[in-house]
Amino acid sequence: MILAENLSHQYGSRVALSNVSFEVNAGEIFGLLGPNGGGKSTLFRILSTMMAPTGGRAEVAGHDVARDPAAVRRSIGVVFQTQSLDKALTVAENLRAQGHMYGLSGPKLRERMEQVVERLGLADRRNDLVETLSGGLKRRVEIAKGLLHRPVVLLMDEASTGLDPGARRDLWQYVEELRSREGVTILLTTHILDEADRCDRLALLHQGKVVAEGTPAQLRSRIGGDVVVLEAADSAALARQIETRFGLKPSVMDGVLRVEIANGHRFITEVVEAFPGAIDSVGLHKPTLEDVFVRETGALIE
Amino acid sequence: MNNFWLPVITLWQRELVRFWRQKSRVLGVVASPLVFWLLIGSGSGDLGRFFAGALVLTILFSAIFSTISIIEDRREGFLLSMLVSPASRTSLVLGKILGAATLAWIQGLIFLAFAPLAKVSIGIMDVVALIGAVFLVSFTLTGLGFVIAWRMDSTSGFHAIMNLLLVPMWMVSGSLFPMATAHGWIKAVMWANPLTYSISLLNNLLKLSSGSPGIGVSLTVTVAFGLALLLASGVVANKKSLVSNA
Repeated sequence: MILAENLSHQYGSRVALSNVSFEVNAGEIFGLLGPNGGGKSTLFRILSTMMAPTGGRAEVAGHDVARDPAAVRRSIGVVFQTQSLDKALTVAENLRAQGHMYGLSGPKLRERMEQVVERLGLADRRNDLVETLSGGLKRRVEIAKGLLHRPVVLLMDEASTGLDPGARRDLWQYVEELRSREGVTILLTTHILDEADRCDRLALLHQGKVVAEGTPAQLRSRIGGDVVVLEAADSAALARQIETRFGLKPSVMDGVLRVEIANGHRFITEVVEAFPGAIDSVGLHKPTLEDVFVRETGALIE
Repeated sequence: MNNFWLPVITLWQRELVRFWRQKSRVLGVVASPLVFWLLIGSGSGDLGRFFAGALVLTILFSAIFSTISIIEDRREGFLLSMLVSPASRTSLVLGKILGAATLAWIQGLIFLAFAPLAKVSIGIMDVVALIGAVFLVSFTLTGLGFVIAWRMDSTSGFHAIMNLLLVPMWMVSGSLFPMATAHGWIKAVMWANPLTYSISLLNNLLKLSSGSPGIGVSLTVTVAFGLALLLASGVVANKKSLVSNA
């Protein structure tokens, strides 16, 4: 449903994307996970036909984004990171304007508007001015807007930014329903780990490159065993000591050491006894997507 | 055809609805030219001479106010979602310009209602012609604002252009002093300035100045300028890339 082949983009001399390739199947929820500035937004802009890539190609719903943007635009619904609602208009007025852009009008548009406001729980707010709505409700209107013309592909850019946990949960419920009930293919960008974990498949994006791709479980399984996290006053020294003593290579970020290791609980007792007083805090967890990201890039997502 | 006109009408309507809901905007746009006019007119003892200039200033302020919103709107807003829709760029441009021009027109007409203070005496047919001329000038200045605003990334850039280009352009258009008495190279600048012909078109219709340029030339130049700007708006908006930077 979505295809990227060696997609590259440069802003002047700055490389934002380099040779990105991936494929999204119909009916999948696909996540692009990475830190801000990792290339997600650029990729999003290319897929949503806002700009043409400087290299490679991409297809959405069988149409080339650069050569046939009009056909792509008919197939996609876009939910932007920033607000794309007119705050001085009501919910219904915003939706009506959106419908008109897609050639919908009259009874057909009214019927479809009924369906989306009902579906997103906005029915009693339809005549309210958008500026009077809460952040969560505004997001729902954004999604309603994106779905109005029954797109086969929904593109969402950091759609849950600024939402409280409750609103984020609701949003995900809609997203999952949309996929299961209507078979809509969904591509979303995120830097939130919980959100990435709910995707069917993910591509990890760092400095404009895809550094890993797969289901959340596949990605996590790249790390054998546990992750031990150590904090120390002199983290660099501790890292060196661990390396000589245990033959492990911890990664150090923001004064925090990470060690990937099977049987982490045993390692913890050993390391604490080996360097008494040098360690301020110790933690052990099963691998998260953040750990995978650290492993692949040596950087943190957030 | 429906797919072309529906977005045009929608965008036009949106401008009017927004305007109606923020009525205080009218005051901001009409009040300052009104004050300038009364001060300069009273001071020089001739309210008539500066009237057309102040009327065009009202229209210019309104056009700038409307088109400046394009910058934010296009980067992160309502317009962005329209730009990834199948609606043609040309219809979006036309809708936006017609909407903004209509607002400038309404505010120009409000200003025009003060014409009796300038001791203007004209017949009913002249009033009809004036209403049309005010729309023409509104359309032209909105087109000018659009062409400038579309490719801009920040509103501060627009302010700079406004201060360095639009306001000086207005100053040397016959709004403050007539072309006939202008000195040296300024006279040549005035002759080349399309806005000069907008002012003289209004002055001719208001019967405030029979001086050059005449009504025929004024009308022709203003219409040509308006059409050229509409064409230019279409061209800039149909450029492929919608975002120029990160």
